[in-house]
Amino acid sequence: MDIRSQISMVFHLDKCIGCHTCSIACKNIWTDRKGAEYMWWNNVETKPGTGYPGKWENQDIYKGGWEVTDDGIQLKGAGKPKSLTNIFHNPHMPVIDDYYEPFTYKYLDLIESPAGDDQPTARPISMITGEPMDIKMGPNWDDDLSGSPDYARNDPNLEKLSPAEKEAMFQLERMAFFYLPRICNHCLNPACVASCPSGAIYKRGEDGIVLINQEVCRGWRMCVTACPYKKTYYNWSTGKSEKCILCYPRLEAGEAPACMHSCVGRIRYLGVLLYDADQIESVASAPETDVVNRQLDMILDPFDPDVIASAKSNGVADSTIDAAQKSPAYKFVKEWNLALPLHPEFRTLPMLFYVPPLLPVMASVTKVDNKEQSEKMHPVGKYWPDSWLYDTSTEELFGTIDEARFPLQYMANLFSAGDTAQVGDRLKKLMAVRLHRRQVTVGDVSEKMVKSALDDTGLTPQSADDIYYLTSLAHFNDRFVIPAAHREQAIEMMEFAGDVKGSTGFGFKTGTAKRGA
Amino acid sequence: MNALNTFLFVAFPYVAVIVFVFGVAYRYRRRGFTVSSLSSQFLEGKTLFWGTIPFHIGILVVFFGHLTAFLLPRATLAWNSIPVRLIVLEVTAFTFGLSVLVGLTALMVRRVTNPRIRAVTTKMDIAIELLLLAQVVLGCWIALGFRWGASWFAADLSPYLWSLVKLAPETGAVFALPWVIKAHIVGAFAILFMVPFSRLIHFVVAPLHYIVRPYQQVIWNWDRKSIRNPNTPWSKTRPNNS
Repeated sequence: MDIRSQISMVFHLDKCIGCHTCSIACKNIWTDRKGAEYMWWNNVETKPGTGYPGKWENQDIYKGGWEVTDDGIQLKGAGKPKSLTNIFHNPHMPVIDDYYEPFTYKYLDLIESPAGDDQPTARPISMITGEPMDIKMGPNWDDDLSGSPDYARNDPNLEKLSPAEKEAMFQLERMAFFYLPRICNHCLNPACVASCPSGAIYKRGEDGIVLINQEVCRGWRMCVTACPYKKTYYNWSTGKSEKCILCYPRLEAGEAPACMHSCVGRIRYLGVLLYDADQIESVASAPETDVVNRQLDMILDPFDPDVIASAKSNGVADSTIDAAQKSPAYKFVKEWNLALPLHPEFRTLPMLFYVPPLLPVMASVTKVDNKEQSEKMHPVGKYWPDSWLYDTSTEELFGTIDEARFPLQYMANLFSAGDTAQVGDRLKKLMAVRLHRRQVTVGDVSEKMVKSALDDTGLTPQSADDIYYLTSLAHFNDRFVIPAAHREQAIEMMEFAGDVKGSTGFGFKTGTAKRGA
Repeated sequence: MNALNTFLFVAFPYVAVIVFVFGVAYRYRRRGFTVSSLSSQFLEGKTLFWGTIPFHIGILVVFFGHLTAFLLPRATLAWNSIPVRLIVLEVTAFTFGLSVLVGLTALMVRRVTNPRIRAVTTKMDIAIELLLLAQVVLGCWIALGFRWGASWFAADLSPYLWSLVKLAPETGAVFALPWVIKAHIVGAFAILFMVPFSRLIHFVVAPLHYIVRPYQQVIWNWDRKSIRNPNTPWSKTRPNNS
């Protein structure tokens, strides 16, 4: 057993309001630079939708992630033979138009144009060429566009759905969407690391953050292909790849990453998970629908004395073990089994987990004959057939989950490699917590019913309250349990501390496009 | 004239090699961030294919052809002793030379016509492309106009290059060559000279070590076990990562 610690994250999708504050916080700190304008290390997508870059989940196009071959798992679009033979021209490399061409506006024209008959306009200009351009795509232009032909209907996750299910999703009256915030998953089996010919990308041992050494990166761009989440980005100005660094300078100082700190909906949780690194290869090679459960099995109980002893002997700091015991990620992922990784079938073992959204499920539309109700409606409201009504009854405990506005299959394609049972389990738990809390606060649900809901999902009133607390009431320090980075030890061991004082710390400034002296 | 010849074929090669070695070492160690070619595939990927592939494949074959004749002159001459083999060799070399020419032309056209690529183009990029273009045009000209270079390179130029290596330059044969070939030789050393100052440096860091590397890389900031061991003595230097 090789126990390591990993900074892990949980995103509670029911709480995401799609405000993009996280994206802006990240952009302001890290990617507001030449060559990085188009990069969104953190982005928020509307689902169903094509996302950013367009249709990134479709690995027939982008060739990201791992695939099972006779020879164990291999990178789909990169790897030793492929990266070296494609080094002069990478056939699976996305181009900037797959993201969008960054633009600004000629604002000066508004005040400096000579007087004339027409209002001056600020024309859009490309931030690459500086020339006027026609904007075809911008950041989050798919926002809230569920049902749209360009975005929602091209969602790769619709692939396994029946035509009837697809149509049902996009009927105007039933239409729903939710938001999917995405950052680098800091995977346990990162495809970007494996694909890097220069060896510039690495996983940090202490906390599992995946980083690109900018001094070693030679811009071969294989990581852009290999990452199935398209979370490594090529900086066209410096010729290097860049990615989310999980705000490691902030983490080391005990602060939450900017995207998490700024999260308005407080959907984000960050904490340590202890895992057994010896199992990585076998878990990543497991059959598709087993990958999730095997990955969850890798995560170890930080209260188990054997695990603690083994972790200590492996050099995990006491403060890290303590953080692992208080970790909200451990609670959501292991203790309550509420969260799932995004697209586990890519086999990178992502360590960012999502609590799947229940909300669109609740307001399922049922066909009831409710003449009385419809007669009360304003004539404008009678646009749709009278028999369609939102069912907010709780008569059937979990009926609304199977009859969800989002077919379970769609959620399963996102979070559990198409296995509806695993997503269904999580949603039922969320529903049971809701029923329990309704019983506590409103009291119009029978105790017997709540008990059967909790029993069905393996929860107790106590654990349901805990879930409720961490979901709705949790304070900053409950949501972010950041282990001490022990930089004091690192610096003492690495260099004479007196030399460090007064130096600039991380970061440096070097010319961009120039390759000359 | 003799002074110019001596400069071009004795002094300049030494200068070029020294600048190459020390320039590359300096840039690698002190300006590591700039050691790469600025890929523009992200801005334009389709026409790049028709330039970069013929260019790189061609230049690799041509380069290793020259290198073989330089390192193994006797073997080359022995191979060429049968005319059919010589013709096969020459035709192959010329084909790949043309491939370089076609690819380089495509790359240059792309570079000047595509506004996005122009935005990431430096004067040095243009200078290097012109230098390479001149070199490959001269090379193709030599292949056509001064036949059986595969043999006379091994016979005449390999000894000259070896004499440079041995620090005892024998320049008689080189001084007598036609100017086209002389220009090609000077061009070769000029390219070498320019490596540390341009994007050409990327060939030095060709990632061949990737073949032997394990796929996953984990780097520890410090030796996680020894750092928490009270018996580990304090040290000014960093202990090896485990």
